[in-house]
Amino acid sequence: MQLMINGEPREIDANPDMPLLWVLRDELKMTGTKFGCGVASCGACTVHVNGEATRSCQALIGDLEGANVTTIEAIDTPAAKAIQAAWVELQVPQCGYCQSGQIMSASALLSETPKPSDDDIDAAMEGNLCRCATYARIRRAIHRAAEIMEA
Amino acid sequence: MLHYLDAKRPAPQPTRRTFLKLSAGALGGLLVGAVLPQKGLADTASGAVVTPFVHITPDNRVIVLSKHLDKGQGTATGLATLVAEELDAAADQVEVEFAPSNPELYKNFLFGLQGTGGSTAMANSFDQYRQAGAVVRAMIVAAAASEWGVSAGDIAITNGVVSAGGNSATLGELSALAAAQEPPAEVTLKSPEDWVYIGKDFPRVELPMKTRGSVGLFGMDAQPEGGLVAVTARPPRFGATLASVDATAALALDGVEAVLEIPQGVVVVATNTWTAMQGREALVLDWAAGSGETRGTDALLAEFRAALDAPGLPSHPRGDAATKLAQAAQVIEAEYVFPYLAHAPMEPLDMTVLYDGQSATFWGGSQIQTLDHGTAAAVLGLDFPQITINTRWGGGSFGRRASPDGHLAAETAMIGKAWLDAGNTARPIKLVYSREDDIRGGYYRPMAVHRVRAGLDAEGNISGWEHRIVSQSIFTGTSFESFVVQDGVDHSTVEGISDTTYAIPDMHVDVHHPKVGVPTLWWRSVGHSHTAYVMETMMDELAIAAGRDPVEFRLAHLAGDARLASVLRLAAEKAGPTGPEGTHRGIAVHKSFNSYVAEIADVRIRDNGTVKVEKVTCGVDCGVPINPDNINAQIEGGLGYGLSAILREEITMVDGEVAQWNYPDYTPLRITDMPEVEVHIVRSDEAPTGIGEPGTPPIGPAVANAVFRATGTRIRELPFTRHGLA
Repeated sequence: MQLMINGEPREIDANPDMPLLWVLRDELKMTGTKFGCGVASCGACTVHVNGEATRSCQALIGDLEGANVTTIEAIDTPAAKAIQAAWVELQVPQCGYCQSGQIMSASALLSETPKPSDDDIDAAMEGNLCRCATYARIRRAIHRAAEIMEA
Repeated sequence: MLHYLDAKRPAPQPTRRTFLKLSAGALGGLLVGAVLPQKGLADTASGAVVTPFVHITPDNRVIVLSKHLDKGQGTATGLATLVAEELDAAADQVEVEFAPSNPELYKNFLFGLQGTGGSTAMANSFDQYRQAGAVVRAMIVAAAASEWGVSAGDIAITNGVVSAGGNSATLGELSALAAAQEPPAEVTLKSPEDWVYIGKDFPRVELPMKTRGSVGLFGMDAQPEGGLVAVTARPPRFGATLASVDATAALALDGVEAVLEIPQGVVVVATNTWTAMQGREALVLDWAAGSGETRGTDALLAEFRAALDAPGLPSHPRGDAATKLAQAAQVIEAEYVFPYLAHAPMEPLDMTVLYDGQSATFWGGSQIQTLDHGTAAAVLGLDFPQITINTRWGGGSFGRRASPDGHLAAETAMIGKAWLDAGNTARPIKLVYSREDDIRGGYYRPMAVHRVRAGLDAEGNISGWEHRIVSQSIFTGTSFESFVVQDGVDHSTVEGISDTTYAIPDMHVDVHHPKVGVPTLWWRSVGHSHTAYVMETMMDELAIAAGRDPVEFRLAHLAGDARLASVLRLAAEKAGPTGPEGTHRGIAVHKSFNSYVAEIADVRIRDNGTVKVEKVTCGVDCGVPINPDNINAQIEGGLGYGLSAILREEITMVDGEVAQWNYPDYTPLRITDMPEVEVHIVRSDEAPTGIGEPGTPPIGPAVANAVFRATGTRIRELPFTRHGLA
């Protein structure tokens, strides 16, 4: 398979049924994208496929011919930079394991909806679990990132 | 098949002798002897100051060696704060690495071995890491004094810059000279009024990394060169035994390197995680019929309830509860049921081993390094020095990464040994738990049943309290048993009840510890996770029965606990008379891990009848607030974790098999259910106490009490999903 990963063309030699998650982590040694549940129920593995937040544990590599994949290691959209800055400013992460996925989901939301409401945030972020329950700060940091983007 | 070489080289046993009580209240201006091994070692090659707890490098980095695992509670930052405070380092030059496994140097004073838990990190290390900072500061000052020909008293260090008169240098510029200085025999710690970092919001040292993929932080991300991945097929029932396995189809898969039988199950080793999981799916396994724990949770619950009718082992009985209850004006009787709970940290369990027959190296989020180290030594037949433990950041734990039996280290070591014994060349192997392995893998918060009879006298004060609990002992049979189990009673089952500071002079608490084949473990706040729920919902019922305000009723019974009373007053004052429109209020206050937390929950019932907690106002006293923003974060997270459990979490078993499998049916809190949280901290000058766990116990009863006000229903069987409330 040929696809773009973080702006670079990559030739992937793997079983087409292997999920993108494991191609990234085990074949390409890119561990920023996390394994949490394997059934698209926690969002820890969220990446962007053609700009859309996607659970990489359910995206089979064989279906991604020609796709454009962006991961936490390289995301640098204005929305992502604002999200990352707000995440540090408001000290969002605790254990941090889910935060790659949270940031990928939040960045996709902000790219699409520059001034999200609380309902927008609920809808975009409900699929991302955080056992440390950093949710109150995630919500505040998304609003804060929207301000940073506007400024 | 290999057999676990149990107790051949038993893990070091902590003893009461090593169970040191920390001196409380030692806050500063304190002359301390060199009670710690702080010998400076000149690293002649690099010119770095190297002490057991702090390194200063020529490129001006201050590296703090954390003896505690940081699994999200901000522990590493807390230790960095203490060192930076006494060293007067700049915040942005401080980094944290995890210390090697060495119980002599790095033991937790409260456990007698190297380990993290019980919300003890700051209480344990408050003096030690300040001393460590003061020691290297003295070495830097001595170096500057000799270099510049000035007296030590004329040297100032501010924000990492050392100066005297017209001279100035960074810590790094002085590190080589400092490394040659003799560490002082004693140091004087700063007085609290001179603190620049303690009590302020020192930024979390690792957060920039945690917004960029946490590359290299977690055990799950360890990828030593040439590494393989292992997954284990474990029994469907706890303790069930394997009758037969056919691995033909698994071994035929491209990338499956080996199938190994170990006592824990059947292990598939493959070149990547996905293939290992595919290989496990392809195994044909036959487990011996009727082996292991075959009772389901319905059967266990019936047995637990039946046990309520017979007297149990008493825990600190006092007065004459039976007589007082017989004379009481009113008696309230209630039974409670709490389910098994999984910890389900976001990073599933994992550990990596490289074992070559003579030595072994481990990578992972080890929470009790000494037990993991000793367990691995026993399994592999190695001595302590032949084993290296590389501690990684923990992707959550809530108790799960610490187990008294070191089962994860044992299984990982078994795999390393089985791999080598099968004639393979030594390679790193990472044991990975899937989420299903985690949810179905046991080590749960134990199921618990409580029966309470509490009386009120004619004045509406508590008079007589009988309380019986049926729950498995967590500590019996572990290396911690002597600390926690007395006269057969596991204190972690009764903590928060028989040691309550409410004025209840006539109280009889007793306990049954049934033997069940389901492994149990401490779960964030341990026994307080159920005892606080019972105590604080009962206090609410009693207040209402007495016709008294729930805050006033509690305060009237807290004359002997000024700190608990004070956080309740603080939260009540800050919450104001009413919550947001359309909400109902519930309160709870509880002491755990020597910290005091009151939570006031304002709760709305949605149109569909489910509970939405809108706002929680908290009062917290955890001694000196080393990092107020981190305390806020831990209270937010701690109550979020507790709320998650009471709303929707339960592990059930049918004929011994766990019914849940992954997050779709073991369902933690999501952003849509998270309340707004407001935390108010008492500016205490008492010694610092725990903060990782104390936020968890009060939220359940606070919400349950609010639900009673909203609906008239007392929820005594958890979780709320059983009642259509979540």
